[in-house]
Amino acid sequence: MNCITDILNSIDITPIWYLIPSLLMFCAGVYGFMTRKNMIAMLISIELMLNAVDINFVVFNRFFFPHSMEGMFFTLFAIAIAAAETALAIAIIINIYRAVKNVDVTSVNEMKF
Amino acid sequence: MDSLGSLIIYAILALSMVGFAILAVTTRKILRSATFLLFTLFATAGVYFMLDYEFLGAVQIAVYAGGIVVLFVFSILLTTHPGDNSEKLHSRRRSMGLVAALAMLGVSAYALISRCSLLCTPAPEMQNPDMHKIGAQLVGDAANSATSGAYLLPFEAISVLLLACIIGGVVVARKR
Repeated sequence: MNCITDILNSIDITPIWYLIPSLLMFCAGVYGFMTRKNMIAMLISIELMLNAVDINFVVFNRFFFPHSMEGMFFTLFAIAIAAAETALAIAIIINIYRAVKNVDVTSVNEMKF
Repeated sequence: MDSLGSLIIYAILALSMVGFAILAVTTRKILRSATFLLFTLFATAGVYFMLDYEFLGAVQIAVYAGGIVVLFVFSILLTTHPGDNSEKLHSRRRSMGLVAALAMLGVSAYALISRCSLLCTPAPEMQNPDMHKIGAQLVGDAANSATSGAYLLPFEAISVLLLACIIGGVVVARKR
């Protein structure tokens, strides 16, 4: 038992420990964006991808440049831009819903109704 | 050298982040998908807290988990009937998505693993960026104006962008 805790105590959490989960999250976003037809579900996939990229910025900032805050500020601005983008995209989606009565991308194939 | 507690917290955060992300893109009920996205965002905020960026974690919870997910839930309830399942995926569409995601995974994982020695350094000591330091970098500090206010221009640009987004949202979504 002591031996196991000694081994566990000697493990370091390194950047790759964070980069692999964020990579998997990005790939989940790619898969969702390719397969989903519902526009809101596609938007959720985009949020997953943005979130994975934000984690990467913060991890590189924390592990390689601990005395500057560039990655942190980039993430801060990315979060603000993601909020703006989502609000506008949802306004557009609700407008499309009024015009064609559903939110499938396959049903939006004309520019003018 | 990390303590056993931080390893356990790391395991919980990483597993829930990846697991809920995959659930969010595979579940067929759209409202559940939004809920799983919320859990993923919370796990991400936990990662920021683990990396000592408390302010960033708080912003993540307030803006992402608090604001964006509420927007998603509202628009889902406005545009779909509750209890609806999305239709089953065609195998062609699913395999196309799987190929794209796995190709992405393979290329990026190769790039990461081949540079593994660079990425296996333990975390250096860092002074926790407190609110005063963040504010001085963001909008400037009257006491020492030489080094501060580096992000004033992007900060202004973001505020104008948010204003434009509000106006754009009202214009796009208004009834004609």
